[in-house]
Parts: sequence; C-alpha cells; structure tokens
Amino acid sequence: MPDLVALSPRNGDASAAIAEPRIVGFFCTWCTYLAADLAGTSRIKYAPNVRVVRVMCSGRIDPQFVLAAFANGADGVLIGGCHPGDCHYQEGNYNCLRRARLLRRVLLAMGIEDERFRLEWISAAEGDRVREVIDDMVAKLRKLGPLQMKRDVAVGRIATPELESSLPTGVVAEEVTV
Amino acid sequence: MREKPKIAFYWCASCGGCEEAVVDLAEGILDVVAAADIVFWPVALDFKRHDVERMAQASILASFLNGAIRTSEQEEMARLLREKSKYLIAFGSCSHTGGIPGLANFFTRQSILQQVYVNAPTTENPNHVLPGVNGGNGNRDLSLPYFSEHVRSLDQVVDVDYYIPGCPPLPKIVTAAVSTLLNGQLPEKGSVLAPDQALCTECPRKDTKPDKIAIKQFRRPQEMVIDEAQCLLAQGLLCMGPATRAGCEAPCVQGNMPCTGCCGAPGRVRDQGAKALAAIASLIDSQDETEIDRILAAIPDPAGTFYRYSLAASMLHGKRGI
Repeated sequence: MPDLVALSPRNGDASAAIAEPRIVGFFCTWCTYLAADLAGTSRIKYAPNVRVVRVMCSGRIDPQFVLAAFANGADGVLIGGCHPGDCHYQEGNYNCLRRARLLRRVLLAMGIEDERFRLEWISAAEGDRVREVIDDMVAKLRKLGPLQMKRDVAVGRIATPELESSLPTGVVAEEVTV
Repeated sequence: MREKPKIAFYWCASCGGCEEAVVDLAEGILDVVAAADIVFWPVALDFKRHDVERMAQASILASFLNGAIRTSEQEEMARLLREKSKYLIAFGSCSHTGGIPGLANFFTRQSILQQVYVNAPTTENPNHVLPGVNGGNGNRDLSLPYFSEHVRSLDQVVDVDYYIPGCPPLPKIVTAAVSTLLNGQLPEKGSVLAPDQALCTECPRKDTKPDKIAIKQFRRPQEMVIDEAQCLLAQGLLCMGPATRAGCEAPCVQGNMPCTGCCGAPGRVRDQGAKALAAIASLIDSQDETEIDRILAAIPDPAGTFYRYSLAASMLHGKRGI
C-alpha cells in the first residue's frame, strides 16, 4: 500500500508556509465511495486533500485506523457511511456511529479538535454532498493549521551530558534528604 | 560445578508493586535462587550501579525491569542493563505499555512540576523552587536526573526481548516465564509471556455472557449491587476483558470487580485503548445520536479509562504537544 501521507502536497514538510491539510477518508464502498465516483464522473470540482481508503462498510472502520492516520501525519479523518437505515449489512453504520461518538471524546482528550474527525452519511446519489463536505472540512482544517501528531518516540531528549549541561540550571531544594 | 545463570531485577517509574510481585512468589523464590544467582536487585540486595558496570557484556542471562522510563537516570539504567544482559524483559504494565505513570502523557512536563512542587494543597514552597539538573548550593555540587518531557515504555528506549504483563504480574505468570527462560525453551523474540487470547476466554463468568450484549446504561461499581455470577459487561459495567490479554485468570472479576486492562492487549491489537473503545461502544443499545451521547456520558473519562495502562505505548503516545 502506498504511503498515503507521503503523497501529500506538503511532502511531510511541516514548516511549509501554506499548510495544506491532509485528510484520510474512509469511505463505505456501497455509498460514499460511489458518491465520490459520481462526483468524479459528474466533473464536480472539490479540494484534492482527501486520500480515500475504500472499506466494505463504515462498521469495518476500527478506531485504530483513525488513530493510525493521525499518528502518521493526517490533519483530519473523514468517515463516509450510508444513511441511517440504509446499511448494506443492516447495523454497520450504527456501530460506526457508536464508536465515533466515543472516539470523538478520546480524541478531544488527546488534543485533537472536533473538526478534525468527521462522520458523514452520504448516499451513492449525493455526489454534490461529497464536494460540500470535503470543501468545508478543508476550509476548517486550514484555519486550524497542521496537527503534527507524528512523532519519533524513540528520540528522548535526555541522557547525554552535553544536553544536560545545556539545560537551564534549575534551583535545587535547600536540603536533599535521602 | 556449573556456574548458575545470573539474573537481575530493576525498577524505574513504578510503584514498587512489581517488586512485591517477585516477593509474592513466596517459597517459589527459593526455586529461582536455587537455579540462578540474583546479581542485582536494589530493593532487596546491596549491589550498586558500579557493580553492574563492571560486569561483562551480556553476562547476565536475564534482567527483569519494571517501571516506565521518565528520567535520564532510568534511561541510563535501562541502557546499562540492556548491554549487560542476554535477555531484557519488560516486567509489568509500566515497563510493557507505560502503565499508570504513562497517564502523565496527558500533561506537559511543566504542568506536572508546577502541580507537584507548587500548586498541590499540601505543598509549601513559597519560592517556587523546582527540581533542576545542575543544581548546587554554595560548596555542594548537587545534581538530579532530568525529568523528561514524556513517559515511555521500555521498548521505546531499548530493545526488549520479552514482556511479562500485569499490574503487577501474577505469581503464576512470573513462575511460568522464569522457568521458560531457565529451561531455554524460548518463544519468538518480542513475545508477551502469557496466552495470546482475550481475557473473556478464561473468565469464570464467560458462560453468563449473552450472545448479544445491549447496554442502555453504563454503571460504575460504586453505584450498584453487582451480581456475583453474571458477566459484568452484561450488567453495564466497563469491563476491559474483551480487549485484554488472558493469563491472569481474571482475579478482579473473581473479586466482583471489572477488568481494568492491565495485561495489555492480545498480540494482534496494536492499540489497546482503541480496541477496548470499539468493543464497548458497539454494545450500546441505541441508534440515535443524542441517546448514544447520553449513554456515553456515564463514562466520565473515556481516554483515561481505555488507556489506563497503555497510553505511552498507544499509537498517539499521549496528548498532542507532549
């Protein structure tokens, strides 16, 4: 699988002056993916910021997928599923909704704003809705700026004597009791 | 006489419970001592860091290190023991996945120091003195380890061979792991030395788990009289069993309390919190967004609940900017 994030217009350069938001989209194959297809064949123009991952059902979207996207540099995640009552597998979109409502709160606790994680019901006939949602999300993310959750945990900022001596000298308490 | 293999125990950012877990082996510890020499164990034996520094590379068969890595000293000791040990074993939740200390990754270093050394109601520190690395006071040369920006699990700092899960690991798991090591019947590197399946599979209440659990109301243990026989999830309690590794035989459930997830996730799961979240949210008995939110409101701190032991090892590692 190609690295979705590496294909970004920003090319991983977080210091780029214009922050072009990178969005990973998880689209249900029965509805939103077809809607995006329809948008394409209808020549509807919308922002090119979404890299789409096609899934069989929005109920297949493990919260781990969303976290993996953010952890690897996505600025936003968009989930597209079938309207309530229209799920090809009866229940999948409801399961997606339940998880998304809870995941939203976990993301907030992680410092990831509401606007960065979006769940939309878009049927196969709603090509124009794809444009609306994506353009709106891109505009909001542009305002928020890059997320920059990607990090190299292994790089500690500790332990070398040079670094320690370069750190601001703290005040050590009067008495150190052992 | 053949020389006995050497083993070592060390602690980093931990509460001391894992040391207790070794003592909990009770007379089992005698079998360990009979089979191996303990060459380093600061909580119980008087060997110092310089004793370890003098040892040859990889001369210790196995070092069991508990606790997460927060300070420069802990990182140095982890690196030292890595160098001196053939096998380095992450012992207990903190070392394995960051554990309770890993929850500090929801807060910045500065806010933690401020809270602990200045704001806490029991702290008297009028000059707002904070610990620093290069201190010193008059003629005395004082230094403290650097308190780093975030908490890391052991494998985020050094290469780890095996993991022993649990908060703390149960004697049964420890005994099995130690005898595996001493017998040389080693599993694949990187293995967690406990069964690779969900706790529900060995839960004493598994037969009472309905095929389809439907929750209208989450409840906390203090708000109800808990049925001592029925599946805790079916009673609306947040039990992490479905997303937690087996091996402990569910002592918490046997004590009528829900599993909190200390043994980490089974092997195929990358992020325990996300998986637990998915498992629990799917049980909600509603299709209406407003009602779902109302039901979920009974979980006051979802991030802290689902990542109770695994925040540092999770995909996001902690709050943004930490």
